[in-house]
Amino acid sequence: MDPIKKKIQNKSKETRQELIGKILSYSSILLIVLVVLSIFIFVASKGIATFTQNNASLKDFFFSTDWSPTAVGKDGRPLVGALPMITGSFGVTLLAVLFATPFAIGTALYMTEIASKKGRNFLQIVTELLVGIPSVVYGFIGLNVVVPFVREHFGGSGYGILSGAFVLFVMVLPTVTSLTVDSLRAVPSHYKSASLALGATEWQTIYKVTLRAALPGILTAVIFGMARAFGEALAVQMVIGNATLMPKGLLSASSTLTSVLTMGIGNTVMGTVGNNALWSLALVLLVMSLVFNLLVKWIGRKGRF
Amino acid sequence: MKKYNLLWAFVAMFFILMGCSSNTKDAPKSIQIVGSSAMQPIVEMGAHQYQKKHPEQKITVQGGGSGTGLSQVQSGAVDVGNSDIFASQQKGIDANKIVDHQLAVIGVAPIVNKDAGVKNVTMEQLQKIYAGEYTNWREVGGKDMEIVVIDRAHGSGTRAIFDDEVMADTKKMKAQEQDSNGSVQHMVSETPGALSYVSFPYLKDTFVALKIDGVTPTPKNVTTNKWKLWGYEHMYTSKNASKETNAFIKYLLKSDQVQEKLLSRLDYISIRDMEVTKDKDGLVSPK
Amino acid sequence: MNMKTVNKVALTTIKIIAGLVVVILAFLIGRILIQGLPHISWHFLTSPSQEFIAGGGISYQLFNSFYLLILTLLISFPISLGAGIFLSEYAPKNWFTEIIRMAIEILSSLPSVVVGLFGFLLFVVQFKMGFSIIAGAIALTFFNLPLLTRNVEQALESVSDLQREAGLALGLSKWKTVIKVIIPEALPGIVTGIVLGAGRVFGEAAALIYTAGQSASTIDFTNWNPFNAASPLNWSRPAETLAVHIWKINSEGIMPDAAAVSAGTSAVLIIVVLIFNLSARYLGNKLYRKYTAAGK
Repeated sequence: MDPIKKKIQNKSKETRQELIGKILSYSSILLIVLVVLSIFIFVASKGIATFTQNNASLKDFFFSTDWSPTAVGKDGRPLVGALPMITGSFGVTLLAVLFATPFAIGTALYMTEIASKKGRNFLQIVTELLVGIPSVVYGFIGLNVVVPFVREHFGGSGYGILSGAFVLFVMVLPTVTSLTVDSLRAVPSHYKSASLALGATEWQTIYKVTLRAALPGILTAVIFGMARAFGEALAVQMVIGNATLMPKGLLSASSTLTSVLTMGIGNTVMGTVGNNALWSLALVLLVMSLVFNLLVKWIGRKGRF
Repeated sequence: MKKYNLLWAFVAMFFILMGCSSNTKDAPKSIQIVGSSAMQPIVEMGAHQYQKKHPEQKITVQGGGSGTGLSQVQSGAVDVGNSDIFASQQKGIDANKIVDHQLAVIGVAPIVNKDAGVKNVTMEQLQKIYAGEYTNWREVGGKDMEIVVIDRAHGSGTRAIFDDEVMADTKKMKAQEQDSNGSVQHMVSETPGALSYVSFPYLKDTFVALKIDGVTPTPKNVTTNKWKLWGYEHMYTSKNASKETNAFIKYLLKSDQVQEKLLSRLDYISIRDMEVTKDKDGLVSPK
Repeated sequence: MNMKTVNKVALTTIKIIAGLVVVILAFLIGRILIQGLPHISWHFLTSPSQEFIAGGGISYQLFNSFYLLILTLLISFPISLGAGIFLSEYAPKNWFTEIIRMAIEILSSLPSVVVGLFGFLLFVVQFKMGFSIIAGAIALTFFNLPLLTRNVEQALESVSDLQREAGLALGLSKWKTVIKVIIPEALPGIVTGIVLGAGRVFGEAAALIYTAGQSASTIDFTNWNPFNAASPLNWSRPAETLAVHIWKINSEGIMPDAAAVSAGTSAVLIIVVLIFNLSARYLGNKLYRKYTAAGK
């Protein structure tokens, strides 16, 4: 056969390389998807068992405040009122992000708009180090510093949503800051030049142009911060008090989904209602991280300009 | 780069396979112990001493909680499940399928912050505090200070002992919960008006251990049941446990090194010293 | 108010805020180091821990932390490299890619407790790996994958398209272009990402308590055969890391110097993370100089 024809008809070396490359990269990505799916299916099957096998009421789970899964209520169904924990989780998360956002935006503005290259690098190291401190250590500093501080200045025993929020504030700060920095950097520099050329002061430019343009990105940063706060366990557990009671305020001992989950899981037996109910809490955590991600997607779509 | 990628994927696979297979081929069968984190230090220490005599025996001791220990030993995933409560008290465990070995006795004592100004309470007062009837230390003879009640995690052994003896059938109020002796120690030392309870090895001088009805929480008072808050530290095995497992447990129960020296040094109480026994329903009878 | 004054006030506020963040960090690090450094000694770093007498060290925990980290990277890096290449070079713009991106995001925001428990039930119990380094490494891989993948993707995307076109124009396959042209160019970014991720993995405790376990089995540092149970390299032995050690001695530790050991271990952990951060920066810069003509 004509060697040229043969060469054209056969797959070239490059095509084969390409195929191998595709297989490698596609299989990596499929592996990740598989991992996520299996975690979801696994947690969901355990979490749903509370309602299918143990006959707990879904309505109670979301609206009742009585959490003692091993006991049964008057209607013969297990008492799985998760409302106190859900409230607690949302309480600490929202409050932590509320504290963290102004700090994150301020720091990010300083890093992108004001600081010299040195200052920027320094702050970058600072935020990265904050991420590197293990949550156990945060928990103990919270116990030694934040709890007494809250007790003396705000009252109560010191354990509660406020203390949890203070600890989480520091923990989510780096996440929100670095994502905010990314979104501020993404604002085209000619926006700023145009504004400054019109005679606006630096602050006017920051406030009316840069921040507005970066708004969707900043919102995304805040939501990722919320996702991080929502899932944090060890540190919050030490300062929030872990009482499965409806929080009476920011200063009363309450609990979060993660704190009840970590505390109870070793003391319950797999397959029992006590254990399944904890997996239902895990399922709520999982669904919430899905919701946070959908929110980010939605903001990204809305904010495109 | 591509070659490395493939190579690394291969290495990773290799590691995973090894992880699965290398458990089975050790000469004496290794002993896996899981369960109560409060029992972990003592069993670990016992294991170290045992290994001095039997250096080839591999023993791993893990925490994870009594519930984990019991469910893992029941399902056969581990050799020994450490628990500080009776298996029959734990829902979802068939106590007839596993064998109970009582390693030691442990006492539990209520502890308060130094500022509360209380050194002694009656059993009834303690009960009423945990039921939510008393909320101020003034009501039990202390300072005018709110009582910050800290409970232990549901299903933990320490809590089971406390509830059985102190609460009996009275309903406990919901309070703060902590799952580890360490965090309770810390919180009671630091929080004014805090009240909780820990097992004897965790008593420290940074807080006050309460007397109940004038009885001091000491190992001596436990042996005679004068101090009522105590329970057993159990090591559960399956009925057909390996001979290595049985040998190790026998060592822990019979060796003077463990029962005399180790236990007393840690404020545990040896079964040998007990003048009474307690069954799973809390009934105490002379030995 | 005068616009100039407003400007001044606003900019000063921003500076104060940034300053406050630095103060917070300085306070945290300072506190950890001041409490911990006095307890760090050569003895502390090189002797095994003690259950209930004073004077224990952290040699096993220190080794375990690094070994676990290396295993985690060995598993997670190839996968995230492949996934990163997919996302940056091959991913079509459709719903499938959207779902994949979402899956990665979700993986990164999963609570570590959930990952730990999942690892416990699947690897430790189901696959009978027992509490082992390898089970811990896989659990940590779950954390590291999204971080690394995103990092690889960003690093690849920051490489100019001109490079890709140049590679393709030379008749190279797309894959070859990525491997030979794009990745070397993106290497500084990738390396920085790996080291920063390493710092984060190093401090993780919640996911390891139920997978790698909380006891440091005796290691014989003279035996380097990975198949021997006492060897440091054995991956089926349980391994307590520094972060887990801190957690454990604070929750059930009964040694008289528990507070000191905990403080010392925290300080060691922070120092290691600090070293990771600084070396990431250094390596990134150095590689950048090496692979580009800049700075010569």
